Amino acid sequence: MVKDQNTVCFRTMHLKEKVRHTLDSYLSVGGYGQWKRVLNERPDPATLIEELKLSALRGRGGAGFPTGLKWSFMPRSAPGQKYIVCNSDEGEPGTCKDRDILRWNPHQLIEGMAIAGYCIGATVGYNYIRGEFYEPIARFDEALGEAYAAGLLGRDLLGSGVDFDLYTHLGAGAYICGEETALLESIEGKKGQPRFKPPFPAQAGLYGQPTTINNTESLASVPVILEKGGQWFLDQGRPNNGGPKLFSVTGHVNAPNNFEVPLGTPFWELLEMAGGVKDGKALKAVIPGGSSVPVVPGNIMMNTDMDYDSIAKAGSMLGSGAVIVIAEGTCMVRVLANLAHFYAHESCGQCTPCREGTGWLSRVLHRILHGHGRPSDLDLLDNVAGRIGGRTICALGDAAAMPVQSFLQHYRHEFEHLIEHGRPMEQAA
Amino acid sequence: MSFRNAPLAVIHDVDKDTLFTPEIRAEIDRHVAKYPPEWKQSAVMPALTLVQDHNGGWLSRELMDQVAAYLDMPEVSVYEVATFYGMYDLEPVGRHKVCVCNSISCMLGGSEELMQHIEHKYNVAPGETTADGKFTFKEFECLGACRHAPAVMVDKTYHECVTPESFDKLIKKLD
Ligand SMILES: Cc1cc2nc3c(=O)[nH]c(=O)nc-3n(C[C@H](O)[C@H](O)[C@H](O)COP(=O)(O)O)c2cc1C
Repeated sequence: MVKDQNTVCFRTMHLKEKVRHTLDSYLSVGGYGQWKRVLNERPDPATLIEELKLSALRGRGGAGFPTGLKWSFMPRSAPGQKYIVCNSDEGEPGTCKDRDILRWNPHQLIEGMAIAGYCIGATVGYNYIRGEFYEPIARFDEALGEAYAAGLLGRDLLGSGVDFDLYTHLGAGAYICGEETALLESIEGKKGQPRFKPPFPAQAGLYGQPTTINNTESLASVPVILEKGGQWFLDQGRPNNGGPKLFSVTGHVNAPNNFEVPLGTPFWELLEMAGGVKDGKALKAVIPGGSSVPVVPGNIMMNTDMDYDSIAKAGSMLGSGAVIVIAEGTCMVRVLANLAHFYAHESCGQCTPCREGTGWLSRVLHRILHGHGRPSDLDLLDNVAGRIGGRTICALGDAAAMPVQSFLQHYRHEFEHLIEHGRPMEQAA
Repeated sequence: MSFRNAPLAVIHDVDKDTLFTPEIRAEIDRHVAKYPPEWKQSAVMPALTLVQDHNGGWLSRELMDQVAAYLDMPEVSVYEVATFYGMYDLEPVGRHKVCVCNSISCMLGGSEELMQHIEHKYNVAPGETTADGKFTFKEFECLGACRHAPAVMVDKTYHECVTPESFDKLIKKLD
């Protein structure tokens, strides 16, 4: 069994379910200790950012960008309003970790956002939570109420002269709003269509003001990093891959769940924690970082460790940490058709290659799956995918293209079989 | 670039106190207060959600116009938002909304079979409402509940690990 589980974002997990999310529970594990220290001692933000850099915390939202470095881009002492924005739009298929942070440890996210605000010079923060998350929204709002009442949010906190206000912003059902600039547009009361960069949000973000956007898990990691030190966090994982990370292990496993384990944990151990492949079947394939990343054949995954660099070597990406397990007997055409349908539905329609291309991919895969494929379809898929990737304002285009290319690379024979015979090689779901 | 500028406030010729109910206005105001004063339109999404909830789950053109008037926005900006986001319905819906997640983890967990069951048993296709008006059936993209697949959202509540049998029980309990 993996040691050192639930040491950071899930550090309240051992507490009773009924009270786990409350202020008292969070205080009982040392919560708000770092925020109070910041308010009392008013350390130079640069030293806090150095600690984060040392920790090698990489963005947990998908791109894996170093959080400390991101914060250092903010013009913290320039005049004018600055913002810290948390991305709780969690919509990447397979990913269900931020929901559990919001439900079970909302105060740690609040503390992380407050400290982030201090570091980047922002006195206002927004947590963008997807609208479907009624229960997590209620939990987070309840926690906000407790934090305000305890004098941990608001004006002149603990007499320090530091202000920090934090608000919830509700989404209304659009995967694209997880893309950070689409998310900003959405807070501004518009359609969620990504912005062209530059300017980057650190220069001109929310309401045109300097803004930092981080994922829920990234921000919720911050209080523990400051409490135990950047070196401690780094040592939890591997060089350049600091800390533990939440993995949502789902799909064909016996006990799907979220696991907070050190980066670098071997995949097979994680699979074991999730009860192994469902019904004792063999492992066929794994999508190791959310639906947007390339699929990896099972035998390769069994020899891969769960950290950013090892998964990159295996030809994929750690992404959001959503590990989708696919058992032997599954028709990969059906899986890819499902993914393609998702991206076609969620393309915001702004860039032609993505708007037209994702629909095209989905329709061609649909016809192959239903026995009407043509021999030329595989080249067509490859071609269309190749013309989306890298040609759009945001990464949704790449996210739609990469799975197609990787499925064709590893499972081409299944597509060919279906086109030739009109029925799948593998019948089971 | 356009996004750097505060939005153009459009003052509509209506008495705001005649819009919605006092309770809804107070709720919308609570959201408006979160944002800079010139960015009232930041509250458009929660305002639409509130108004929709109080209108049996859908937004009429009149209601969207009222939201525009209340937030000093051009009507078209409100339509853009209402048509972009999946949680807004622009046509009447059933008494309940049943949203079945059909993204990858739920599909691997049996959501396609569940959807087929719903289509046959209740004679309703995705996007349609049952003949008795009991529920509108929607195919939804990832609900973020992947570890308890398949997930179904009924109105505001998540139900997890849903089977055809447990689904039928759920529906039976609805009015
Ligand atoms: C199409 C698309 C969807 C995304 N969805 C999410 C999301 O749901 N949650 C998230 O944290 N990041 C998401 N991202 C990544 C964000 O753009 C951004 O990189 C991230 O929030 C930054 O935070 P981090 O550095 O802490 O990871 C998405 C990106 C793209 C292109």
